[in-house]
Amino acid sequence: MIDPVPYKPEEEGVWPPTLFPPYTSTVKRAPRQPLVYIPQTLSEVTGPVYGHSKLAVDDHDLTKHHKGEPLGERIIVTGRVLGDDGCPVPNTLVEIWQCNAAGRYRHHGDQHDAPLDPNFSGGGRVLTDAQGNYKFITIKPGAYPWRNHQNAWRPAHIHFSLFGPAFVTRLVTQMFFPGDPLLALDPIMMSVPDPVARDRMICKFDIGLTKPEWALGYRHDIVLRGRNATPMEH
Amino acid sequence: MSKQTPSQTVGPFFHLDLPFEGGDVLVTANTKGERILLEGRVVDGDGEPLNDALIEIWQANAEGRYDHPEDAQEKQIDPEFHGWGRCPTSQDGVYRFQTVRPGPVPGPGNTLQAPHINVIVFARGMLRHLTTRVYFEGEALNADDPILARVTDTKRRETLIAKKQNGGSAVYRFDIVLQGANETVFFAA
Ligand SMILES: [Fe+2]
Repeated sequence: MIDPVPYKPEEEGVWPPTLFPPYTSTVKRAPRQPLVYIPQTLSEVTGPVYGHSKLAVDDHDLTKHHKGEPLGERIIVTGRVLGDDGCPVPNTLVEIWQCNAAGRYRHHGDQHDAPLDPNFSGGGRVLTDAQGNYKFITIKPGAYPWRNHQNAWRPAHIHFSLFGPAFVTRLVTQMFFPGDPLLALDPIMMSVPDPVARDRMICKFDIGLTKPEWALGYRHDIVLRGRNATPMEH
Repeated sequence: MSKQTPSQTVGPFFHLDLPFEGGDVLVTANTKGERILLEGRVVDGDGEPLNDALIEIWQANAEGRYDHPEDAQEKQIDPEFHGWGRCPTSQDGVYRFQTVRPGPVPGPGNTLQAPHINVIVFARGMLRHLTTRVYFEGEALNADDPILARVTDTKRRETLIAKKQNGGSAVYRFDIVLQGANETVFFAA
């Protein structure tokens, strides 16, 4: 009997710890017992597969979800979803959510005293194409305050959710913008031990992607756990 | 070679996009198998319910076949069952899925895994998601399950067993305790 080909382990220094006291909400929510390591079985190497049917044409264009254009800096965010084996991840669902240009989420729990934008909801989704490419059109989110510590502000970011091919490739992450002075002060970003890995969450401005007189272009690749080369036999 | 992108918390505002109508209902009128209700509460280290967690489940169908190209078993795919669900917790920290009891699936080597549902927990305050598994109270195959066997502390192993509720025909309760005395076993693979 041949066991499934396992996905590669989490890279050292890349995944944040469950407990990171500078991000105070982790203190009561992080397990104190160690994770139990298990082999990757059929349950771990399979995962949900999507069809195109559930997506609407403009789901990837967050500037088109209302009658008017949202306020703020229009941006194009595009890139590839890959495994860390270098293989593109085709036909996988990418979901994003974000606040508006003023730093306010359209959410009952957001108490920030910044205006809502009647033309911006802040949710989008798309499937990657056969080469793993995705593209969103949106507006640049604002920074916003939170109550983690005195004078705490989140750097501008877009939340990303990705599936990849398997249960073990699931990833929820955030994308940040280059040159933001709030990055070094953000305990959520700084929870990632390896500074080089942190930088992989920052998108890159790309003049080639930028559309004249229309929108700034940012490139952002996302890398999921990929596969080892050889199957293990018993 | 490409390097992995780090995980970050789902934060408190994922409701803007992730939950969707019917995400908690995995069955149609024509799905094969025994209907079950899987429900429970997510609590933190103080026993306080999380009203901002998101639970996802992934499971095989009633025969024990995953709806995925890598499941090469001869068992049939059920066109009325895909095996994935998503449910945000309520104000009381409760999640609930309408699904079917999964069949057993192959384990490492020549072992058989007892019926189980794979679970992912996301929440504000969790920089990375946690994964666990729901097994079923009274299931004879639990005794030989290769994954349950990895949890050597029998008291902790109990946290992975959903309890059949009195009265309900097939209601299984599976609380998720993030921290503390009855802390749920979480896995890494
Ligand atoms: Fe956010």
